[in-house]
Amino acid sequence: MAPDIPLISLFLASIFTSNILLANFLGMCSFIAISKDMNSSNGLGLAVVVVLTFTTAVNWAVLNYVLIPLDLVYLRFIVFIIVIASVVQMLEMIIDRVSQTLYLSLGIFLPLITVNCAILGVSLFMEIRQYTFVQSTVYGLGSGLGWWLAIMALSAIRKKTEKSKVPAGLQGAGLTFITIGFMAMAFIGFTGLLQVQ
Amino acid sequence: MELHNLELAYFIAPLAISGISAALAALVSVTDRIVNNYGDAVININDGSKSLDVKGGTNMLLTLAENQIFIPSACGGRGSCGECKVKVKSDVGPHLPTEIPYLTREQIDGNVRLSCQVKIKSDVDIEIPDYLFKIKQYTGTVERIRDVTHDIKEVYLKLEDGQAVDFRAGQYGQIETPPYGKVRERTQRAYSMSSRPSDSNHAEFLIRLVPGGIVTTYVHEHLKEGEKIKIIAPFGEFYVRDTDATMICVAGGSGMAPFKSIFYDFIEKGRMNERDIWYFFGARTRKDLFYLDELQQMQDEYERFHFIAALSEPQPEDNWTGETGLITEVLDRYLKNEISPDKPKEGYLCGSPGMLDACMDVMRSNEMAEDRIYFDKFA
Repeated sequence: MAPDIPLISLFLASIFTSNILLANFLGMCSFIAISKDMNSSNGLGLAVVVVLTFTTAVNWAVLNYVLIPLDLVYLRFIVFIIVIASVVQMLEMIIDRVSQTLYLSLGIFLPLITVNCAILGVSLFMEIRQYTFVQSTVYGLGSGLGWWLAIMALSAIRKKTEKSKVPAGLQGAGLTFITIGFMAMAFIGFTGLLQVQ
Repeated sequence: MELHNLELAYFIAPLAISGISAALAALVSVTDRIVNNYGDAVININDGSKSLDVKGGTNMLLTLAENQIFIPSACGGRGSCGECKVKVKSDVGPHLPTEIPYLTREQIDGNVRLSCQVKIKSDVDIEIPDYLFKIKQYTGTVERIRDVTHDIKEVYLKLEDGQAVDFRAGQYGQIETPPYGKVRERTQRAYSMSSRPSDSNHAEFLIRLVPGGIVTTYVHEHLKEGEKIKIIAPFGEFYVRDTDATMICVAGGSGMAPFKSIFYDFIEKGRMNERDIWYFFGARTRKDLFYLDELQQMQDEYERFHFIAALSEPQPEDNWTGETGLITEVLDRYLKNEISPDKPKEGYLCGSPGMLDACMDVMRSNEMAEDRIYFDKFA
């Protein structure tokens, strides 16, 4: 049974209270690697929004019209990943055409969106929580926006900490981990305000 | 009945997966057709002095090369040498992060681009120096290949169909090797030409084996007499400036090549005694030295030509009586004690990047003007 949640609260919940990055800790690799540059963060964030929205919608259709009727739900991991890979490939071609600068600054992380755990994670949550098509799409979009928000926030913080005095041992990744910890704690403050399932 | 259902189930999963994959693959290839189809474009060169109809979608360096216009590129389009600069007059988007390190502020403002990084997406206007039109692709047949030291081969090519290469002594060419062994792509690397410009239907190169090097390994282990190989030439700013300044030439290893061409060109034109020439050649041991007799003979014949070979690690069995030490130390000694300080000097360098930098330091510290030191750096 699909959960009975108003779309607006599902949307806000997926951005804030159940932020895919800071509540579920999915999609960390590119989050940490790319957040050192704000422009690339913005581009990657946008790419994740698009990929998440599309893949969740397509995966919902594939799940409900192919896998469930044929009793093949156990194949969902493979099928979801194939869908994600193709969507990313198409997106890669489009970005290459539209903006070479963004294409080069995203570099290897663009094809690696394919194995970004956040993307597969959202599709799997969608299946576990038995969302409807509209709910899935809203949840995908919201999660993408949440990921974008989180990476922009982190890259803004890193831009500040870059210029501050940091003990040698904590420079770079060390301080970033601590910052992410604080951010996650701040997001915990939202817990219980909205329901995601 | 149950058995029948079971058999059917065996096929459903693979069929479903194949069906989904096929649908997605079709979608990807349709997107590819639409998105990556840039159609035809026109490249307008030097205000209409030449215009090319090309297919969009590939980078400018390759597109121009397909149309027999060869922009210098020592790295073959990998964006690591910064040689393939072209002034682009139409808007092709902002400079890419891969280009910026190779461009000066003025070049960026003047919209100079690395042609290997610019994709042809629509009609463009570009400006390239006229001499680039001289650069052509030649096919050469190996007439002679021989070892001049244990790791340097002298490769003498006869150009096909009476073609002639028009170059200045000291310039370089690019050798292109076909795919071989584990190397899947055609590969180009730059080598100085050691042949004389007057011998224009031949080209000669001195190629030192670089462990793991794609082209050098091909030349040393696969290339045989009678085989064909492609070269693109001539490139580079390394040629003798027409002044009467003292020439201070420094080379190491296969850096001998451009000087061989330069000196024989001088002899042919009867200009060997017009100016003072000091040629320093550095090697590790006696077995790394070559062309000694020829150069010795040149020194005996022309009083203003001086040849100094130096060994950095002479072996006991070498019985070496000449200069020893690093070539930079020898150069420093001669600049301070032997070479007349009153006359203006020009530096000509050919060798490894490390050697070039070290020699530049020595020349600068001996008050040679930096803008009169010439070299081609192959990345």
